[in-house]
Amino acid sequence: MAKAVDLSVPSSNSKIRVHTGLFINNEFVPSVDNPDPINVFNPSTEEFLCAVAAASERDVDIAVAAARKAFRETWGKNVSGFERSRLINKLADLIERDKQTLAELECLNNGKPVKIARDFDISDSVGCLRYYAGWADKILGQSIEIDHKAKIAITHPEPIGVCGQIIPWNYPIQMWAWKVAPALAVGCTIVMKPSEITPLTALKLSELVKEAGFPPGVINTIPSLGPVGGASLAAHKGIDKVAFTGSTITGRKVFEAAATSNLKKVSLELGGKSPHLIFESANIEQAANWAALGILYNTGQDCTAGSRLYVQDTIYDKFVPILAAKAKELVIGNGFDERSGGGPVVSKTQYDRVWSYIESGKKEGANVLIGGEKRSEPGYWVDATIFTDVRSDMKIVKEEIFGPVLSVGKFHTEQEAIDLANDTTYGLAAGLHSTDQAQCHRVSSALEAGTV
Amino acid sequence: MSTTTFSLEFKSETFKGKVNFPTGVFIDGQFSAGAEGTTIDVINPSTGKVITSVAEGTAKDVDRAVKAAKRAFTESWGLKVPGSQRGQLLNKLADLFERHSDELAALEALDNGKTFNWAKAADVAMSIGVLRYYAGWADKIHGQTIETHEDKLAYTRHEPFGVVGQIIPWNFPLMMMAWKLGPALATGNAIVLKPSEFTPLSALRVCSLINEAGFPPGVVNVIIGYGHTAGQAIAEHLGIDKVAFTGSTLVGRKIMEAAAKSNLKNVTLELGGKSPNIIFNDADLDLAVNWSLHGIFWNHGQCCCAGSRIFVQSGIYDKFLERFTAKSKALKLGDPFAGDSYQGPQVSKIQFDRIMDFINSGKEQGATVHLGGEQHGTEGYWIQPTIFTNTKPDMRIVQEEIFGPVGVVIKFEDQEDVLRQANDTLHYQRDPIRAQFAAGTAWINCANSLHPNVPFGGYKQSGVGRELGEYALNNYTNVKAVHINLGQHI
Repeated sequence: MAKAVDLSVPSSNSKIRVHTGLFINNEFVPSVDNPDPINVFNPSTEEFLCAVAAASERDVDIAVAAARKAFRETWGKNVSGFERSRLINKLADLIERDKQTLAELECLNNGKPVKIARDFDISDSVGCLRYYAGWADKILGQSIEIDHKAKIAITHPEPIGVCGQIIPWNYPIQMWAWKVAPALAVGCTIVMKPSEITPLTALKLSELVKEAGFPPGVINTIPSLGPVGGASLAAHKGIDKVAFTGSTITGRKVFEAAATSNLKKVSLELGGKSPHLIFESANIEQAANWAALGILYNTGQDCTAGSRLYVQDTIYDKFVPILAAKAKELVIGNGFDERSGGGPVVSKTQYDRVWSYIESGKKEGANVLIGGEKRSEPGYWVDATIFTDVRSDMKIVKEEIFGPVLSVGKFHTEQEAIDLANDTTYGLAAGLHSTDQAQCHRVSSALEAGTV
Repeated sequence: MSTTTFSLEFKSETFKGKVNFPTGVFIDGQFSAGAEGTTIDVINPSTGKVITSVAEGTAKDVDRAVKAAKRAFTESWGLKVPGSQRGQLLNKLADLFERHSDELAALEALDNGKTFNWAKAADVAMSIGVLRYYAGWADKIHGQTIETHEDKLAYTRHEPFGVVGQIIPWNFPLMMMAWKLGPALATGNAIVLKPSEFTPLSALRVCSLINEAGFPPGVVNVIIGYGHTAGQAIAEHLGIDKVAFTGSTLVGRKIMEAAAKSNLKNVTLELGGKSPNIIFNDADLDLAVNWSLHGIFWNHGQCCCAGSRIFVQSGIYDKFLERFTAKSKALKLGDPFAGDSYQGPQVSKIQFDRIMDFINSGKEQGATVHLGGEQHGTEGYWIQPTIFTNTKPDMRIVQEEIFGPVGVVIKFEDQEDVLRQANDTLHYQRDPIRAQFAAGTAWINCANSLHPNVPFGGYKQSGVGRELGEYALNNYTNVKAVHINLGQHI
């Protein structure tokens, strides 16, 4: 029997019960191999929270077999779109019912403020589930005219089968919802590996999966170390499709493993170094607010973070101080404190990474406008940091930092802005601020990014 | 260095005429020698003898082609050219295919070994159909406007990737080229295409037609080269945003691996198959026999979708086998240019040896050679239409893709039995009672019957993505979501 632990919620008398086993076939079970468990920490205090079971390769096999059985017998083509829709909506309702508890658990494990987890992450997740619930009974194919007398041709979209899903630690609940919702809506079954840094809310959500009434094996949750569970899912011959969100470097490994194993379908959502362009016609106050939000939201731990800012020279001197002032307004602190607008970075590893980038920025000669100084108290704190006088070849300008660290540069012409923005191997997002309509359309067309 | 050329005067029963066209690497609208100055011999599979030599392209040529494609995409193609114009050029190219259809069919028969009549009636005809089909899509690449809230306008654009790499096989050289060019050009991409080194001639002839149609230089670049040099260079090129590959599953994996290791380029794959053909007791027997014949022996069995496992319900098994065998025996093997030939040689010595090796394995593993099983004639690479019976599911001839005129006929009892057997391929997945086929295309009362507007592609290890139909457009477009703030202040 896998055990449950009760975690204390700071500044309150309540406790949150978390099951620490692997969730397979709607039950929490221990690993069959008992590797070292995964230790989970609170990034605001650096304190140990609890240990959860880590899945071994054999556990992954068991989970995959459970998902395959469910796909063949109780899910997949055995359940109508109406029923899938009903169940996903039920799950959304339960998450909404328990949003406070889930938000508190998210804050304990990830560090983000409770109110943000509840009103943004969870709210968005509930919305996402309801959105895809609405699609579940509208999976359409085509009927195609060949020759009315001789042939009918139809296309018939079918669920791919068993999907391995690997999600990151920056939005644990939200990434879970984004993965689970569309896969369930079309009838796939899931083996989900949450991040080993933030497994707790995925385990809690698994309880709601069972309560909502999903058949056993439809969703299985197996926290695991990346090189064990993640690698196993990507290379597993019993998995038809792997969906991964995380770093570009790991994304490559997933893609490679899929190729060398069974050519499973792959979708990847990876990193970014997204540019923000501020043109002279922009509303300066609003642009500064959005630019600050773009790099500070979630403490910069966002794949679409606007981490490179380019300001037109004519408004540069006016804009940058306003931006700095707004960035300084953000209170980064313990997520259970109502005043906090942002939390710590998620782990020691990330803390060291982000600070190493800040040091490299200083060393390569960029100017620290605000931030750049470590706190002395426990917790993985990084305060808003802005570099100016940057060059394109600096590490802080080229590489994804994943923290609240912004590089600010200058441009003269629109074309220069576009060239600076597109000078990256990434292409996740880009932003621009301008009140010149034609410029907005010209520039958004020219930006090489999936979201503008 | 100047380009190689190919000249020949055809004096056959089905085609008489002269051909004369450049066969260099085709980059930026020009033919030239390859960077290494080497050539590849083109062999006539009817005789085993060299027809001509064409310029070999290697990694350096791929580099130059990518640069030309990138420049063309940025300056004279992509979204700078409206869809209506891209469509017109594709239609113009289709017109030129039509004008030169005999010549193209003759080159295909000479180089690949399929008969002139089939090449003209099927390969060339479908190529024209596919080009015209995608010409019609070129000005209909639609995104969506999406309601979020009144302070925002959100919409999507479906934009071309940029430079796409395309690698095609030798079984339908011209048609595979059309399937690739059509959707890629309609959506505004520039192309670096590597035809098979075994069958380069029709693709090289098309390059001259591409110039004649009026495509700007650099929009389509064609490089004849080997898989492990030119093909690998395309799969791993950092300047190529998407690669589309049709060929064997083994090479498909390498393509996807190379894409993963280089720049995570988008990948679509159209790979191998071991497709089941199932005949129930209540089928129209003669119709079933004719379609089954077409399913395995058409194109000498060299089809990714060949119906190579023929499952026949026990009630009609004997009758089916008798009629199927009689019709198979009556197929005329002969010179591709003879008017009455049905089947020419297999495409190459390598393929010939592979298929004969499979046939021998069938004999060794104890299957019955019901028909054929030997080489036909003494010159060239003809193989007799071959039927195996009394097979076991684990035999190589039942499990692996042979890609030749070799069918296995298997008796079954009921629907449950046959669905289990049919889905048991690549040692992978068994589906239970009432499951439909785990396949990308299901043919009911027909076989090997494709149309430009119906999607085609594989489940499991037969591929990733779909070609043909509207679905193919997704392979060549990148979705950009644009959010315009109409008044939300923060």
